[in-house]
Amino acid sequence: MSRIASRIFSETPVSRRLFTALGLALLAAPAGLSPAAAQMSDLKIMAPAAPGGGWDQTARSMQQAIVAANLARSVQVTNVGGAGGTIGIAQLVNGAKGDGNQLMVMGYVMVGAILTNKAPVTLEQVTPIARLTEETEAIAVPANSPLKTVQELADAIKANPAKVTWAGGSAGGVDHIAAALFAKAAGADPAKINYIPFAGGGEALAAVLGGKVTAGISGYGEFDSQVKAGKLRILAVTAKTRVPGVDAPTLTEAGLPLSITNWRGVVAPPGITAEQRAALTGLVEKMAQSPAWQDILKQKGWDGALMTGPAFDAFLKEENVRTTDILKSVGLVKP
Amino acid sequence: MDTFAQLLAGLSIAVSPHNLLFALAGVLLGTAVGVLPGIGPALTVALLLPVTYKLDPAGSLIMFAGIYYGGMYGGSTTAILINTPGESASMATALEGNKMAKAGRGGPALATSAIGSFVAGTIATLGLTFLAPTLVEIAVQFGPEDYFALMCVAFVTVSATFGDSPVRGLTSLFIGLALGLVGIDKLTGQARLGFGMPELLDGVEITTLAVGLFAVGEALYVASRRHHAPEQVEPVRGSLWMSLDDWRRSWKPWLRGTFLGFPIGALPAGGAEIPTFLSYAIERRLSKHPEEFGKGAIEGVAGPEAANNASAAGTLVPLLTLGLPTSATAAMMLAGFQQYGLNPGPLLFADHPQLVWGLIASLYIANVMLLVLNLPLVGVWVRLLAIPQPWLYAGILVFATMGTIAAKPSVMELAMLTVFGLMGYLMRRFDYPIAPVVVGIILGPVAEAQLRRALSISLGDPMVLVESPISATLLGIAALALIAPFVLKGLDRFRAQED
Repeated sequence: MSRIASRIFSETPVSRRLFTALGLALLAAPAGLSPAAAQMSDLKIMAPAAPGGGWDQTARSMQQAIVAANLARSVQVTNVGGAGGTIGIAQLVNGAKGDGNQLMVMGYVMVGAILTNKAPVTLEQVTPIARLTEETEAIAVPANSPLKTVQELADAIKANPAKVTWAGGSAGGVDHIAAALFAKAAGADPAKINYIPFAGGGEALAAVLGGKVTAGISGYGEFDSQVKAGKLRILAVTAKTRVPGVDAPTLTEAGLPLSITNWRGVVAPPGITAEQRAALTGLVEKMAQSPAWQDILKQKGWDGALMTGPAFDAFLKEENVRTTDILKSVGLVKP
Repeated sequence: MDTFAQLLAGLSIAVSPHNLLFALAGVLLGTAVGVLPGIGPALTVALLLPVTYKLDPAGSLIMFAGIYYGGMYGGSTTAILINTPGESASMATALEGNKMAKAGRGGPALATSAIGSFVAGTIATLGLTFLAPTLVEIAVQFGPEDYFALMCVAFVTVSATFGDSPVRGLTSLFIGLALGLVGIDKLTGQARLGFGMPELLDGVEITTLAVGLFAVGEALYVASRRHHAPEQVEPVRGSLWMSLDDWRRSWKPWLRGTFLGFPIGALPAGGAEIPTFLSYAIERRLSKHPEEFGKGAIEGVAGPEAANNASAAGTLVPLLTLGLPTSATAAMMLAGFQQYGLNPGPLLFADHPQLVWGLIASLYIANVMLLVLNLPLVGVWVRLLAIPQPWLYAGILVFATMGTIAAKPSVMELAMLTVFGLMGYLMRRFDYPIAPVVVGIILGPVAEAQLRRALSISLGDPMVLVESPISATLLGIAALALIAPFVLKGLDRFRAQED
């Protein structure tokens, strides 16, 4: 019997850690004698999306880990959904200026959404705090596809970019950008790619399985179980290094100098002091190293990719420049 | 029989007191959130996810399934009683159900919806048990061109069915199609009809439109008529329960609704809206009492309700076998699976059979519980109709506003609710049907995206639309449904001349 099945009959395990955390918080609060340097008072995390999506899950997982590690007295998650996160970021910049207790979850998708939506508020206006997780993209074909290697796909796209149909997530999203970068690296005109956006990776997966398109491009997690069931073949992953457990080369190994991942991170409002920024960064760093966060990463299948300080600032700028270029070349952003 | 033995093993897991409790909690919660407009089952599951994180996987997944089924039941209650569909899937139910309620037949309407949901839910769960692996093979063969053809069938039947004249039905449909264009174009990422307002970039929220048109519009209309000829609402006329005639008129729509709902729900881009409206259209066409449609025909409640619940079971087919969520709630359930490190997909049945079969078995149990829970409540619910009209409609306005705010807290959303309310009032005043607007806004963008996908894959060759056998058949049905009424009318005239 598997671990899951044996748990079915067992009694509900009570979270001892949660209780300890609650108990500590209750003890600390009225006395005001908490180790103030290490603990923040009331932290707010905004998920700029509806409940349920990746950003929301990230925010709620952070809440869980921060409470478990006793890094803040209370953590409140709010959802401000819409338009790829551009409504949330506008609210962060206009409504929470100078608030040192506020964080907002964001990610690569927001970089693209700000450009394609011509959003009035951009990431240059916020205070970057940290990158937390990343997920590699993967290129998959149906098991009966004639394409065996990623070079063959690159050759096909070089010969006639329009004849290679791609299925992936929304237009201008990370899947679309990865497909465009792939075409560019293969020596084809990225403006000519035949990318067919679907509502989320799931519907795209159905199109790949049904053999309706040449190849699918999406987060590796979407393909994982179908690969194990032998219905799909992964031609390549887009991360810098090989992904453990995935029998496919990186694009760089295959001779296409390119790497791209779908990352998520957190930012703070503009106008906070250097101390406030340091405190938030410290909190996020401690959270990312906590066992609770490590557990969550394992459960959700996310890869930890902590990056803070000047490195994250530079990373954010770089991603913005690269994304602007590629979105211009596929015609999603008018030059 | 292997499947059967596994199902029995699953049942033994589901009837453990601990899991029965979870199922009960799920259906109670689901019914409650289904009754409140704006708070759907998806949001509920989202809010519960962090809470259930520490619970055992089987129990919480069973609870989520209970919420899902319960939401479908609850949504129809408000649709029937106060013409405010809790979910877009119960919109078709509101059409005849509310008319029945106003004529004192709220009891039978609620009963046929509860029993129909039970029948459909049970048959569809059986379908899920025995056909899931086969069905999913067929479902992934459905390409964009086939979806487009399916949408064509829906458009034709819906616009031909609603309203007194096809022109009025089509006018309403096109208003909906136009509203459906608002927002970011899914294929190119360009904003359309956004007028520079970021709130409009995600398009018009369907629940806001539906609540505005149905509930707010209705309240305004009733208020405007009050001094002319106050509408007589009878809380109860005749029996509270279904008469023999009601049973006779309900059982076929239940079955037809199930056979529409389950397969379409199982399609990766199927959803619950198409089968419910198709079922409504078919029942109207097949009914022996077509004159009752628009005044409260029981077939128009029985069919769509069955279709609605059957499609809920249908969406579990791609979710469990492919890991493909096809509705917002299914997406949340997927997140629920993942939080326990379970990946739904072809291997889930092999790796965790106890869990999958426990879940499927608990669906049967959730169905029985919902029936037991809902039938006695019918008597309580219809009392609502005895509330004096001004109070009832004031209450509806408060609920509608609260629901909208809960779903999307913004001033813009409230402004849209008001505008749609006024629109609903004007459409009632000038006799334009409301349902096609909602059909247009839901299916329009999907039809557009699928057509463009199909053409994009075929490199612009329109022949792709008739080359696929599924699509050709469906387009044939659509053409037939469009032409048949005219041909039949012509034949009648021809015969009349012969005489």
